[in-house]
Amino acid sequence: MPNYLFIESRGASTRDAFGGTLAGALARDGAGVALLLVQNGALAARHGASAPLLDDLTAAGVPVFADEFALLERGIPRDRLRPGVEPSPLDIVIDRLLDGWQVIWH
Amino acid sequence: MKVLSIIECAYRATIEEQDDTVVWLMHALKGAGAAIDVLLRGDAVNYAVRGQDASGLAFGGWRQTEPPRIEQQLSSLTARGVTVYALADDLAERGLVPIDLLPGIESLQPQALAALVPRYDRVWHW
Amino acid sequence: MTTERPLLAFALMDAPFESARTTTALRLLDAAARRGCDLKVFAYEGAVLLPFARQQAHPNAVHGRSAEEENHLLPKDIVAALVAQAAHHGGNIDWVNCGLCVDERGAGDTIAGVRRGTPNDFWQMVKDARNTLVIPTHG
Repeated sequence: MPNYLFIESRGASTRDAFGGTLAGALARDGAGVALLLVQNGALAARHGASAPLLDDLTAAGVPVFADEFALLERGIPRDRLRPGVEPSPLDIVIDRLLDGWQVIWH
Repeated sequence: MKVLSIIECAYRATIEEQDDTVVWLMHALKGAGAAIDVLLRGDAVNYAVRGQDASGLAFGGWRQTEPPRIEQQLSSLTARGVTVYALADDLAERGLVPIDLLPGIESLQPQALAALVPRYDRVWHW
Repeated sequence: MTTERPLLAFALMDAPFESARTTTALRLLDAAARRGCDLKVFAYEGAVLLPFARQQAHPNAVHGRSAEEENHLLPKDIVAALVAQAAHHGGNIDWVNCGLCVDERGAGDTIAGVRRGTPNDFWQMVKDARNTLVIPTHG
């Protein structure tokens, strides 16, 4: 079973369920799945933002990362992150590509 | 290598380009020997609709003689052996029923998507 | 014994100055170049303008800055810097502009090192690369 890194770049990603729903379904089927929030997708990483899909994913054990630069750019410090979201350098994308993960940019 | 191309962006610059450029690219890649299937989602499920007509645009004395023919682009993909799926939820959300669709379009239930994706070596989202 | 350098392929679509995706894409290429990867980039549609040679810096009157002070980011300079970055780490970047997209946009005047290609080139990149990332555009 392949592993999947989903990249969510849009602020509307909390309303557009596609990436989160597919990520969750693949995780339930036993795939390795992770989610990286970049650009305005990182807005969902702020504690208190409405992002039920994100909460579902973290509850299901899917690692959720947010691009460190995107967080800084949007004034989201580490202590304001929603539980389950970890800051990450963008290099994680290169790591996963080199490791043969399917990287799907939504 | 099998590729699943997920197409979401719809009618973006299709008049200027006189094509959907991603559907066009799928034709070109198929011609280059790629094993490609297509999944339409979001507004792009409308690409599977019969009766689309973008003809007749004119700007002053300039008339568009080769409008985009998305319907034909899709039909010729299926004729070339490309499986074209459309997400059932997105069809329903847009009031589309089976009789509205081109022949050969496969409606995909959301619960089948997670089983479909791992069948491909590459999954690209456009 | 030589170690094979990893090859990654990228497809880009966005024109410069229109989307945050362009910045993220360039950051990814930078990260991969720093890692010593060989990179293949297929620039499709508006992305063929990223290496357009005739981009020009300008002053910023709102902020009272001259062109030199403003030091405006120009994607062509970033592409050139990425090519140098890759070389510095022992790799290379093969940047291919989709030829029809170039023609439509009159974007044939590119910086050195960029070549014109077709979807066949993209498919060859995909077959040759360890992995491929498509960065979509959005309507």
